[in-house]
Amino acid sequence: MRIIIPIKQVPETSNVKMDPETGTMVREGVESIINPLDLYSIETGIRLKEKYGGEIIVVSMGPQKAEEALKEAIAMGCDDAVLLTDKFFAGSDTFATSYTISKAIEKLKPFDLILCGERATDGDTAQVGPGIASLLGLPLATFTSKVEIEDGHIKATRLIEGGYEVLNLPMPALVTVVKEIADPRLPTLTGKLKAKKLEIKQWTAKEIEADPENLGLKGSPTRVVKTFSPKVAREGKVIEVKDEKSLNQAVDEIIELLKEKAII
Amino acid sequence: MDLKEIWIYAEARGGRVNEVAHELLTRALDLKEKLDNSIVSAVLIGHKIPDEDKHELIQRGADKVYYVDSPKLKDFLVEPYSKVLTQLVKKYTPEIIIAPATTQGRTLMPYTAVRLRTGLTADCTGLDIDEEGNLLQTRPAIGGNIMATIKTATRPQMATVRPHSTRPAPIDEHRQGEIVNVDIQLTQEDLPTARLDFIKDETQGGTIQDADVVVSGGRGIGKAENFKIVYKLAKLLGGAVGGSRDVVDRGWIGYPHQVGLSGKTVNPKLYIALGISGAIQHLAGMQTSDTIIAVNKDPDAQIFRVSDLGIVADVTELVPALIERLEVAKNEI
Ligand SMILES: Cc1cc2nc3c(=O)[nH]c(=O)nc-3n(C[C@H](O)[C@H](O)[C@H](O)COP(=O)(O)OP(=O)(O)OC[C@H]3O[C@@H](n4cnc5c(N)ncnc54)[C@H](O)[C@@H]3O)c2cc1C
Ligand SMILES: Cc1cc2nc3c(=O)[nH]c(=O)nc-3n(C[C@H](O)[C@H](O)[C@H](O)COP(=O)(O)OP(=O)(O)OC[C@H]3O[C@@H](n4cnc5c(N)ncnc54)[C@H](O)[C@@H]3O)c2cc1C
Repeated sequence: MRIIIPIKQVPETSNVKMDPETGTMVREGVESIINPLDLYSIETGIRLKEKYGGEIIVVSMGPQKAEEALKEAIAMGCDDAVLLTDKFFAGSDTFATSYTISKAIEKLKPFDLILCGERATDGDTAQVGPGIASLLGLPLATFTSKVEIEDGHIKATRLIEGGYEVLNLPMPALVTVVKEIADPRLPTLTGKLKAKKLEIKQWTAKEIEADPENLGLKGSPTRVVKTFSPKVAREGKVIEVKDEKSLNQAVDEIIELLKEKAII
Repeated sequence: MDLKEIWIYAEARGGRVNEVAHELLTRALDLKEKLDNSIVSAVLIGHKIPDEDKHELIQRGADKVYYVDSPKLKDFLVEPYSKVLTQLVKKYTPEIIIAPATTQGRTLMPYTAVRLRTGLTADCTGLDIDEEGNLLQTRPAIGGNIMATIKTATRPQMATVRPHSTRPAPIDEHRQGEIVNVDIQLTQEDLPTARLDFIKDETQGGTIQDADVVVSGGRGIGKAENFKIVYKLAKLLGGAVGGSRDVVDRGWIGYPHQVGLSGKTVNPKLYIALGISGAIQHLAGMQTSDTIIAVNKDPDAQIFRVSDLGIVADVTELVPALIERLEVAKNEI
């Protein structure tokens, strides 16, 4: 099996600091990591490779620095990597991103399966996976929590509202996976050595024969026109419980409110 | 001047229009007021969807319902549905299309938008129209830490909208509208994927999105066993149980119960947060609840900034006391 896995490098956002004045992220001291949700697609790919043989190629569009993310994927057990980097890619929205990656994948043909993460933790749209599938004319399964291969088909179990749906897709296909699918492994020592040695291919717009009209900011139909900090406020009453008496008082207040709102 | 059409994608599940379509009508009616010369249309794709569901879309605000019926469209599959939506757009050239940010909408819309070479804004919490008549789409990004307002240069302007981020549009029994049946041919090529099975998951918190009361526990609950007081309180209030991502990651409760940015958005009459700090990503999933009560032992916890009533207390003391009082009250009735 030949599996292609697009991965994104993102800022580590679990302790993100925001500038309250400008509503933008404070980038100083923020580490770049592999999109945490892409670890699950990598793990899924490696398990399929262990079972059916083949190879995994990871692809990332981003600045030179995104090489680190590709190296980490190699260290986990992927075989080859391509970095899509070009000043013309800057400012891409999900259309331009999907377009650029799909052009690179065309160049990597043939393949059996493309695996994407559910979404990236920064842009947070979950649109790039379906976008690539559509541009390449591939069948698609999103929100997948289990993948099996049967008679040259993909059996994908999807986590949807109210339960699990099972789809049967011909290959090649594109599958986006959710966290439930598998626990990602850590990079191994041999993997790290391999990553260190591997010369990562770098492709620009020219190499992937992309139409410049569809690239970067210029090729992006959407524009972020403003960013700001989310407002959250409705400061209500706060009661501090210090002893038995204030505990009872707090309970009284809750009961009162529940009655007022006709909950009880 | 041509009429501008604002479309909502009326998602069907199991052969019936889902309630989230009615929430989208609330959004669309608001946009219609701000966009000159516009009408609201609903797009409905499926098989043998009852007429009453189509009429209900009209009663709740649609001027037109485009309906595409085929046995091949009985269940949602992205490939044929996307073909149908693409053809409808080419034929009727809507100005705006909004769809729910459900698993269906989040699959269909990006698959279709790139085919139409147009932009798509994900998971919006706010929609508005600017002076030039463009759609302003506001959405959280970077883990809920920022809000971004986005414009689309191409047409149609497409967006997905968080379910349960508005109320359903009310019914007006006298409203009139038109149902337009559209025939779209599908070939075998449009149907590469087969749906083999659907396994209902009763334990799934589908219920947390429908419940009037949601009681959620966070890391402050202390340990997995303590979740039983959360369940008990929820039961007494006729509500469902939710959790923060922290407790889901710890395995104290399943992922379908997760409230927040990477879980579900809830909009109940009452939300009770027990031992939850109130991280922005958690707030993103519950701050539109009508009434919020929070219990946290830290007086500076962020959760108090969004609560109507905050109790600074240890949950393991307060919750049992509250349960006891509710039980007494129940027995008195
Ligand atoms: C605040 C903000 C809001 C935005 N909102 C929108 C919006 O609503 N609509 C829109 O079109 N654009 C939007 N963008 C732009 C969008 O973030 C970028 O296009 C981004 O490159 C891809 O989108 P994503 O991060 O949402 O990825 P997702 O679509 O969430 O990523 C899903 C998967 O696609 C693959 N993938 C994504 N990016 C790459 C990459 N660079 N290289 C390799 N694989 C990748 C990975 O497998 C990943 O798991 C926004 C950007 C910002 C900063
Ligand atoms: C991209 C991204 C997506 C995310 N999505 C989500 C999401 O969907 N949902 C979500 O919830 N989080 C999400 N998070 C995580 C979020 O940032 C927080 O880490 C998480 O919400 C914290 O959970 P918590 O409040 O249970 O735990 P903590 O933040 O550890 O808070 C525990 C609280 O309990 C209080 N406490 C401790 N002991 C007691 C006691 N005995 N009695 C009373 N109070 C006590 C403490 O004072 C503290 O305030 C996301 C993060 C990222 C980066």
